[in-house]
Amino acid sequence: MPATIRLQSADFDVGAEAASLTRGRTDIGAVVTFTGICRGDEAGAPVAAMVLEHYPGMAEAEIAGHVAEAEARWPLIGATIIHRHGRLLPGDNIVLVVTAASHRGDAFAAAEFLMDYLKTRAPFWKQVERPDGAAWVDAKSTDDAAADRWTERRPAAE
Amino acid sequence: MSVKLLYFAWVRERVGKAEEVVDPPAGVATVADLMTWLAGRGEEYALAFESPKFIRAAIDRTHVKASAPVAGAKEVAFFPPMTGG
Repeated sequence: MPATIRLQSADFDVGAEAASLTRGRTDIGAVVTFTGICRGDEAGAPVAAMVLEHYPGMAEAEIAGHVAEAEARWPLIGATIIHRHGRLLPGDNIVLVVTAASHRGDAFAAAEFLMDYLKTRAPFWKQVERPDGAAWVDAKSTDDAAADRWTERRPAAE
Repeated sequence: MSVKLLYFAWVRERVGKAEEVVDPPAGVATVADLMTWLAGRGEEYALAFESPKFIRAAIDRTHVKASAPVAGAKEVAFFPPMTGG
């Protein structure tokens, strides 16, 4: 399966990334795209900007491992993950997950799986700039719970 | 045992550096031992490692638990729970 993983400071084009997965193919029946966007508030407080720090080398490896796991669980035909780093403003794109499959159920499930793992396992950290100073975003237990769902569903054979 | 340490996010800010090479004593066997040893290296380290349960670790770019052995590790990273995506 062709998988594209990119970490970059530059923006991405959701339509172009989805189109490049399907171009010239007739076996894909479903493409799911998820885009994470920088909000103008965090935990009820306004946010002027967000700075995303990452662990170069490990971030790519960690994401590649989860793409491989998604590929083993669902009959994917293609996947693209792009995660931005650096300083982002409210309204800016942060992360893109695109999954392609013959049928929508597999594409939806794989995209959700990949996002849940990106949030809890990929080595990225968000710091928000507020009027009263910078603050690191706390990890959310709801994100851990979302990722744990996939462990519970994992077949015993694995 | 010389090992490269990397710090990210608030662990990096508290320690005051992004990376360093250290040579921990022989009794440092696990990631938890390493955190305890680091906490004794000065005020900034004590602050960074005051609550080890809030710190995650990776050995050679793979997530590990605090009980993981550090023998043979080339690169050990310490960071808060991840908040990407």
